[in-house]
Amino acid sequence: MAADVQATTLGLDHRKLAMWTFLGSEFLFFGAFVSAYLLYITTTAGGPGVEIFDIPFTSISSFVLLMSSLTMVLAHNAHAHGDLRRMRLWILATAGQGAVFLGGQVYEFTTFYNEGLNMTQSPFASSFFVLTGFHGLHVFVGILMLLSLYALSLTGKVKANQDVKTEMIGLYWHFVDIIWVVIFTVVYLIPEIAVL
Amino acid sequence: MSTSSETKPLRPAQETGLLSWLGTTDHKRIGVMYFFTTLVFFALGGAESGLLRAQLAQAEQNLLTEEIYNQVFTMHGITMVFLVIMPLSAAFFNYLIPLMIGARDVAFPRLNAFSYWVYLFGGIFLYSSFLLGGAPNGSWVGYAPLASDSVSNMGFYAIGLQILGISSLAAAVNFIVTILNMRAPGMTFMRMPVFVWMALVTNFLLLFAIPVIAVALFMLQFDTLFGAQFFQPGSGGDPILYQHLFWLFGHPEVYIMILPAMGIVSEILPVASKKPLFGYAAVVFAGAAIGFIGFGVWAHHMFTSAIGPVARSAFALSTMFIAVPTGIKIFNWVFTMWGGKLKFTTPMLFSIGFVSMFTIGGLSGVTHAIVPHNAQQHDTYYVVAHFHYVLFGGALFGLIAGIYFWFPKVTGKMMSEKLGKLHFWTWLLGFNLTFGPMHMSGLLGQPRRTAVLPGELGSTVELYNLLSTAGVVVLTGSALVFLYNLLHSIKRGEESGLDPWDARTLEWLTASPPKHHNFDKIPTVTHRDEFWHRKYAEDESGMPISVPAGASEDHDGEDDPDEHIHMPDNSLWPFIMCIAFLPFGYGLVFLNPWLFGLGVLWMVVGYFGWIVEPLAEGDDDDVPDDVHDRPTVGATTH
Repeated sequence: MAADVQATTLGLDHRKLAMWTFLGSEFLFFGAFVSAYLLYITTTAGGPGVEIFDIPFTSISSFVLLMSSLTMVLAHNAHAHGDLRRMRLWILATAGQGAVFLGGQVYEFTTFYNEGLNMTQSPFASSFFVLTGFHGLHVFVGILMLLSLYALSLTGKVKANQDVKTEMIGLYWHFVDIIWVVIFTVVYLIPEIAVL
Repeated sequence: MSTSSETKPLRPAQETGLLSWLGTTDHKRIGVMYFFTTLVFFALGGAESGLLRAQLAQAEQNLLTEEIYNQVFTMHGITMVFLVIMPLSAAFFNYLIPLMIGARDVAFPRLNAFSYWVYLFGGIFLYSSFLLGGAPNGSWVGYAPLASDSVSNMGFYAIGLQILGISSLAAAVNFIVTILNMRAPGMTFMRMPVFVWMALVTNFLLLFAIPVIAVALFMLQFDTLFGAQFFQPGSGGDPILYQHLFWLFGHPEVYIMILPAMGIVSEILPVASKKPLFGYAAVVFAGAAIGFIGFGVWAHHMFTSAIGPVARSAFALSTMFIAVPTGIKIFNWVFTMWGGKLKFTTPMLFSIGFVSMFTIGGLSGVTHAIVPHNAQQHDTYYVVAHFHYVLFGGALFGLIAGIYFWFPKVTGKMMSEKLGKLHFWTWLLGFNLTFGPMHMSGLLGQPRRTAVLPGELGSTVELYNLLSTAGVVVLTGSALVFLYNLLHSIKRGEESGLDPWDARTLEWLTASPPKHHNFDKIPTVTHRDEFWHRKYAEDESGMPISVPAGASEDHDGEDDPDEHIHMPDNSLWPFIMCIAFLPFGYGLVFLNPWLFGLGVLWMVVGYFGWIVEPLAEGDDDDVPDDVHDRPTVGATTH
C-alpha cells in the first residue's frame, strides 16, 4: 500500500476517497426518504400508524446491527495485522449479525402486514416500508460484499497485505449502521414518545 | 501495455477491432464513444423537435395525434437533457480531465467504461419504449400523480432515468477522485484549468443531486408499478412532494448542464484572445458559488404550486442572488476579450455566441424570479424560449465550441474553418429564429405542452410559430453542414500540428492524438497555464515574448523508451455487466419476475467476474520490485 498512498495527490488511497465520496451521496438518498417519512408520519388514511411499532423488538435487532460494527472493526484490525484467519472469523460474525438484523426486519414486515399495515394502504405505510426496505437492501448488499470478501480471502485474491479492501467494506458497513441509528431514532423512537 | 508474450494474456489486449472498443478502459476512447453516441441521440432528439415544430407550424393542425405529440415532446426533453447535453459534457470530461491535470487515465478505468455502457443501454432502453407500448408521455419532469396514472407510460421514464442516474453517479465518483487525487506534481488547485474546476463542481452537483431524483423516481416507480401511495391525493399523498424532490435535483441539473460549457468557454476565450483569463480566482469562485446556491433555488419552478408566500419570497431572493456569480463570469469573459488580440476562429465564434446567447437566457431567467411575473409566464412558451436560450444558446454553443477547439487534439487534424464559420452563422440565425419568437408567443399566452395551437390565440401567435418552424429548417441544414465537416475532417482534414491554437494548458503538451499513455513523462507544473509559460516569457513591460528553445523537454517526448509505464488493462466485464440493465429494466416495467431475476443474476455474475478478473501486471496492492523506477504519479487503480 505504501507505494500507492504516496502516488496520490491527497495522500489518500483512490478507493477510500471514492468510497467516502459515494457515501456522501448516500446520505442524501436516505435524507430524502426520511424527509418524506416525516411529512407523512400522520397520513395514515385510517389505517395503522406509528403505534404499530414494537420498540423492544426493534431495539434488540438494532443492538445486533450496532454490535456488528464492532466485529467489523475487529475484522479490519485483524487484517491490518495480517491475520487473515481471525479476519475471516470476524467477517463471518459481522455478516451473521447483519443476517439476524435482516431476519428481524422480515419478521417485522410480516407482523405489520398481518396487523393490517401494507405498502399500498397509505402514504405513511408506503414511506415506512420503502425507507426501511431500502435500508434493508443496503444491509443485504453489505452482507454480499462481506461474504465475497470472505470467499476471496480463501482463494488468495484478497491477500494479507490488502487490508484496504476490508477497510472499504468496513466504511460502507459503518455507514449502513449510522443510517440505521438515524432511522431508528427518527422513525421509531421519537414518534413513539410523541404519541405516548 | 506490456503483457509479456510468453504467457497467455490475463486480460483482453486487442488494440484494434470491435473487441478493443467493447473492452476499452482508455479514457480517450471512452470519451470518443460518448461523443458519437450523443451525436446519434442528438439526431433523434432533433428529429423529434422537427415533428413538434411541424405540428405547430399552423394553428389547429393535426399531423400528430395528441398521444403521439405527448410522447414526442417528452422524449425530446429527456433525450436532450439526459442523452445529449449531459453525456456530451461527460465526453469532454473523459477526454480532457486526465490530459489537463497531467494524468495517464482516470482513477477507475473499468468504472469509467461501466458509466459509458450504462448510459448506452439506458438510452437504448428508453428508446425501445416506442416499440413496446409507447414512449413516456408525461413530460421530462414526470409530475405525479399524472405520471402514475394508468394512461401514462411513465414506467419507462422512472426506470430509464434511474439507469442513467447510475451512470452519472459512477462517473461523478470517478471524476471527483481523479481530479482530487491524480494531479501532476505542482498542479495545485489554483493552477488547475478552469474547465477542470467546472468539471469538479459539476460532478459534486451530480453526486448530491442524483440521489434525490433517485428517491423521487423510486417513489414514482412504486406508485406506478406497485400501488404505493406517495403521491396519491386520495389517501392523503402530496403531489407537491414530488415537485420538491424533482426540482431539488432539477435545478442543480441546470447547472450540471451549463457549468461544463462555461469551463470550455473559459479555456477558449483566453487562447483566442492571447491573454490569460481575466480574474481566474473570481471565475473559479463564482463557479463554486453557483454550485452551492444552485441547491437553494429549486422552488422557483413551483411558484404557481401551493408552497406559500414565505417560500415564494425566499426562493425569489435566492434566485435573484444566483444571478450574481453568473454575472461575475460573464464580465470576466468580456474583460478577457477586452484589449486582446482576438482571432475569430470557429471555436472563438461559438464561444462569443455562448456568452451573448447565454446572457439573453440569463436575463429572461431573472424575470422568472419575480413571483407575479412568474405566475404570468408559467407554462407558456416564454419559459420554453428561456431554457432553450440557456441550454441551446448556452450549453450547446459552448460544447460545440469545445468540439471545434479540441478536434485537432483528438484527431491530429483541423476541421474546415470555412464550413465551421458557415455552421456558426447559420446555427446562430436558425437558433434565434426558432426560439426568439417564442418569447413573444409565450407572453401572448401560448401554453407549452399543448398538442394543437389554438386558433383563438390569433394570427400574431401563428406568425411567431411559423417563424419558429422555419428556424428548425435552418438549424437542420446547419447541423448537416456540421456533420459533413466533422466526418470529412476526420478523414481528410489538414494536419493540425501539435499546437494549432497557441494554447495554454497541459493537454497540448503531448502528441495529437495523444498516445495511449498520454504523457511519456509526467510534466511538473510550475504555473497556471503551464504550457503557455513553457512557450513564452515576459519582457519588462509584461508583453509575452517567445522562448526560442522550443516548448519544453517533454514536448514530443521520445525520451527514455524503457521507462515502465503501468497502464490499465482492457476489460470486457463492464460491457457484459451492463447488458444486465436491459432484462432488469424490462422486468421492472412489465412486472416480470423472471426477467428481473435474470437481470439481477447477470449483474451479480458480472460483479464477481469484475472483481476476480486478474490483472496482467499483478495485483495493484503488490509492491513491485521495480517500484522505484516507476513513475509514481498517474498510477491508476484497477
